Amino acid sequence: MNSALRHTLPVLTILALIVAAWYVGAYALNAPFQRDLDRRAGVTSTPWEFVVKTMTQPKPTLPAPHQVAQNFFENTFLRKVTSNRSLVYHAWVTLSATLLGFAFGTVLGIAIAVGIVHVTTLDRSLMPWIIASQTIPILALAPMIIVVLAAIGITGLIPKSLISTYLSFFPVAVGMVKGLRSPEFTHLDLMHTYNASKAQVFWKLRVPASVPFLFTSMKVAVAASLVGAIVGELPTGAVAGIGAKLLNGSYYSQTIDMFAALVAGSVVAVILVLLVGLAGRVTERLMGARPA
Amino acid sequence: MQSIISARNLDLVFQTADGPVHALNNVTLDIGKGEFVSFIGPSGCGKTTFLRVIADLEKPTGGSISVNGMTPEKAREARAYGYVFQAAALYPWRTIEKNIALPLEIMGIAKTEQSERIKRTLALVNLTGFEKKFPWQLSGGMQQRASIARALAFDADLLLMDEPFGALDEIVRDHLNEQLLELWARTNKTICFVTHSIPEAVYLSTKIVVMSPRPGRVTDIIESTLPKERPLDIRESPEFLAIAARVRDGLRAGHSYED
Repeated sequence: MNSALRHTLPVLTILALIVAAWYVGAYALNAPFQRDLDRRAGVTSTPWEFVVKTMTQPKPTLPAPHQVAQNFFENTFLRKVTSNRSLVYHAWVTLSATLLGFAFGTVLGIAIAVGIVHVTTLDRSLMPWIIASQTIPILALAPMIIVVLAAIGITGLIPKSLISTYLSFFPVAVGMVKGLRSPEFTHLDLMHTYNASKAQVFWKLRVPASVPFLFTSMKVAVAASLVGAIVGELPTGAVAGIGAKLLNGSYYSQTIDMFAALVAGSVVAVILVLLVGLAGRVTERLMGARPA
Repeated sequence: MQSIISARNLDLVFQTADGPVHALNNVTLDIGKGEFVSFIGPSGCGKTTFLRVIADLEKPTGGSISVNGMTPEKAREARAYGYVFQAAALYPWRTIEKNIALPLEIMGIAKTEQSERIKRTLALVNLTGFEKKFPWQLSGGMQQRASIARALAFDADLLLMDEPFGALDEIVRDHLNEQLLELWARTNKTICFVTHSIPEAVYLSTKIVVMSPRPGRVTDIIESTLPKERPLDIRESPEFLAIAARVRDGLRAGHSYED
């Protein structure tokens, strides 16, 4: 067996199992409504015809995988990207808020970590608040942020990004505190023997030592940012974005649209995490890391 | 002979969870300019601690010590010494030349002067040609040589070496010992060298300080009678063996195995 197959086979097996379970679920959840429909219309169908009908409802309780795939394909590749029905368009709206929020969050997280590592007072006082901040459900907080900012005239991209920031600064702050404190004792002692200043220790030792930690936490943060941007789109009654698409789908029982939007969101998340991982690997290679 | 390091009744007690540990007890010692002094003793005898006190990495709790006529702290601030750790402690994200440049960058030495010194010290430890390699691409012995080059780069007159060859195999160690003597002869530095190998201590030193643990103290100071020129086979000479025997006796006398 070649190595590509050895790596993909387990994943594909699980995928096949999920799809199979999904089809069974789709039949089970859609069948009662279909039975009801058939009885009222006085239609009798063979078992196979009935199964097919449960998989082709326009507004199924649980859409079948191929319905979602078809909807996703049409709305991604067959629409103009400027069209309001294009998933690419909606994904871009969400992505722009995600990236802005992620950038804010990363900068904020690093700033907090630098403060905590260098100022004893901050070390003692800030960490409990940071942890507390993450125990507040974002679903409760998001509408308040949106409403308060709208009241002072800030709408659109910024409020959504701030929710992304709120979720993404945390992993970066925690990871960077650990990273900036990661240098070995001998590496620190060496700096001491050179009578290096605090700034020199920071830039020449703590920062390079923290880079692997930064990219690991950025991977978590970018996924959290996307969740934040989607959640941020829900309470605004936003007209565009993955979140808006989900909300509209639920208003009009367009379950297929909702699932397609979820798939689009997952694809964006996977791409973002892969890109951050790639950036991390390239950076570490440039910094002389031994090739794995 | 001018005294570079002068310790008088030095004491150092570490407060640990298991109670106080007497790492150094009443250590009095003078190290002259240009000497090669080895500190030998079993673990816990305070040899590394004494080196760290000279380097201002530990503060003594009693007695006095001067380095170049100053307190260790002032001496450190004046960049009086280069320190070689047991592990090479190279920064993994820096190439060999960048690692050697590290102290030079910190001390604000001009770029052109930096590259000139890197070239010179790499030649001194026989690592010319490895400038652009990262530490993991070098063997353990080469990494340790690079760390010696780093300690030499800023031209301090005092070199403090804490079991620098402890983790290396016998053959590499012999080779590095030879090179170290050569380097010492050429640069005229004062070297303090911690080891737990008797042949290494006798082969390298002009003075051997034998220490013993609980509490860490000096039990014997041996002035070597070996000539400055030392081929590896001097280790079979009767003179060498006599000194080694005295070191071994000193270690045995100071070290009780009851506990």
